[in-house]
Amino acid sequence: MKSALTEEAQLEGLARNDKEIIEAIYAAHYTMVQSLVVNNSGSYDDARDIFQETMIVLYQKARSGSFQLNCQLKTYIYSVARRLWLKKLNYSQRYVPDIGNIFETVPVDEQLEQHDQQNSDFNMMDKAMSGLGEPCKSLLEAFYLQKRTMTDIAGQFGYTNADNAKNQKYKCLARLKKLFFAQYKNKT
Amino acid sequence: MQDLQLLEKVERYLAKEMSVEEEITFEQLRKDNPDVDQLVVEQTLFLDRLAGYGDHKAFKSELNEIHNRLTEEGTIQRPVAPVKVLSLFKRYKRVTAVAASIAGITTLLIAGMTMYYSRKVNTAEIEQLRREFKQEVAKRTNEVYNRVKDRFPTKAPENAQPISGGTGFLIDGKGFLVTNAHVVKGSSSVVIQNNKGQQFRAAIVYQNEVTDIAILKIEDTDFKTTSSVPYNIRKSGAELGESLFTLGFPREEIVYNEGYMSAKTGYNGDTLSCQIGVAANPGNSGGPVFNRNGEVIGIINTRQIQAQGVVFAINSKNIYAALQEIRTDKANDTTIQMMKLPTTSMLKGLERVQQIRRIEDCVFMVKSY
Repeated sequence: MKSALTEEAQLEGLARNDKEIIEAIYAAHYTMVQSLVVNNSGSYDDARDIFQETMIVLYQKARSGSFQLNCQLKTYIYSVARRLWLKKLNYSQRYVPDIGNIFETVPVDEQLEQHDQQNSDFNMMDKAMSGLGEPCKSLLEAFYLQKRTMTDIAGQFGYTNADNAKNQKYKCLARLKKLFFAQYKNKT
Repeated sequence: MQDLQLLEKVERYLAKEMSVEEEITFEQLRKDNPDVDQLVVEQTLFLDRLAGYGDHKAFKSELNEIHNRLTEEGTIQRPVAPVKVLSLFKRYKRVTAVAASIAGITTLLIAGMTMYYSRKVNTAEIEQLRREFKQEVAKRTNEVYNRVKDRFPTKAPENAQPISGGTGFLIDGKGFLVTNAHVVKGSSSVVIQNNKGQQFRAAIVYQNEVTDIAILKIEDTDFKTTSSVPYNIRKSGAELGESLFTLGFPREEIVYNEGYMSAKTGYNGDTLSCQIGVAANPGNSGGPVFNRNGEVIGIINTRQIQAQGVVFAINSKNIYAALQEIRTDKANDTTIQMMKLPTTSMLKGLERVQQIRRIEDCVFMVKSY
């Protein structure tokens, strides 16, 4: 049903985080990417990673609001996945086979550069988060990511009141910032 | 503690949870204190990153969920794993090809080097003493030759050039000759010529490439049979140091040479032949080697290229073996059955000049066409 939607509508749905639409896109294009990867010395898990990364690129684009899809969605996904897979092959120093174009491709280098930036931000944050340790990590995730109220969190984590929890949260946040910006400075 | 309170304030300011006057105070603080201002900017950036991180993470887990659900539903399928060996081959075929090429080149190199250094030369080190006819015959335009030619018509096939030449000698008065197998190898017809220039046609009746012996039979009405040949053929070999002499046709003329018995075995310890110290040249092949008493002790066949005066001759007893073979082969040919090798030499005690005079009529030049 959902695949009958126009591609613009699909992108809008993706930006809204509409589960059904994401699922429809997933179902419609996964097999194509999988055969691309598997036929070019990749494994099933590689295919899954590549497709999901492609979806993330697409998601970020859709969310940025400025994204203008000027080709078929299928072509776009194929181009991005192909580029990502080539990069991964290069990175693992494997012999890079000549990946033929089964479908036409569009240049996506510029967009992937942006994606790389976001990816490295993500990885830095992930690293900082895991370096933080519990219960700080869960506390911050509960407040900033799941957007729960302080009282709720205090109850769950066993703080006597919301103010204590809040205090603790600020301490944790200060540490996280320190960890994150330390990496950030190293990078730039 | 102060930092934390400040952080809280920044957060509230960004979340717009402050009251109006509180906000004004805070904004004043930002203006006055660059550190606080920096903190606000930093916090904004950080919260943005954090939100992005949360988003990303949530989306990732959602994708995983979808993937698992779709796999369960069967909408997407795991690819049929290609056979492990096949996929390994696919992945490493480039490497394999390179490795194989290197192995191949190395093998060839080693083989080449081994060949080069081991220098296992056999035929290249010894030379068969047959004569290659080129234009020499044609150039012989001296008077004597022309006279001879007029007297004795040539028996050679018309318009044919001899491919090789050597020497042969009679072993029987009826016209059986012994020569080397390599002299007549590959020939369609054989013509022999005596020292006077007279030619006769001959047929090959026996050829053995291993012992390098060939037996020819003169089949020409011009040939006058004799009752016997003046020399005999020895069954046992010669002693070391025994003096020897040879007659052969390295030229169009019969050539005499003298020498001695050098070794009882031939090239590379070949027991079929012996080594003699005699000057021999191409054309001497098939020539008889006589001892002092005029007994045939061998047939010259090869010489060593690098060494001087190292000539090999086939032991004469091989002639007996060859005859034995023909007799069993051609049981109904009476001339062969009747053939009798001379048993005694009529040359014993004669002067060398006398010996040669008797022998030279029985030694022929062999030309194969």
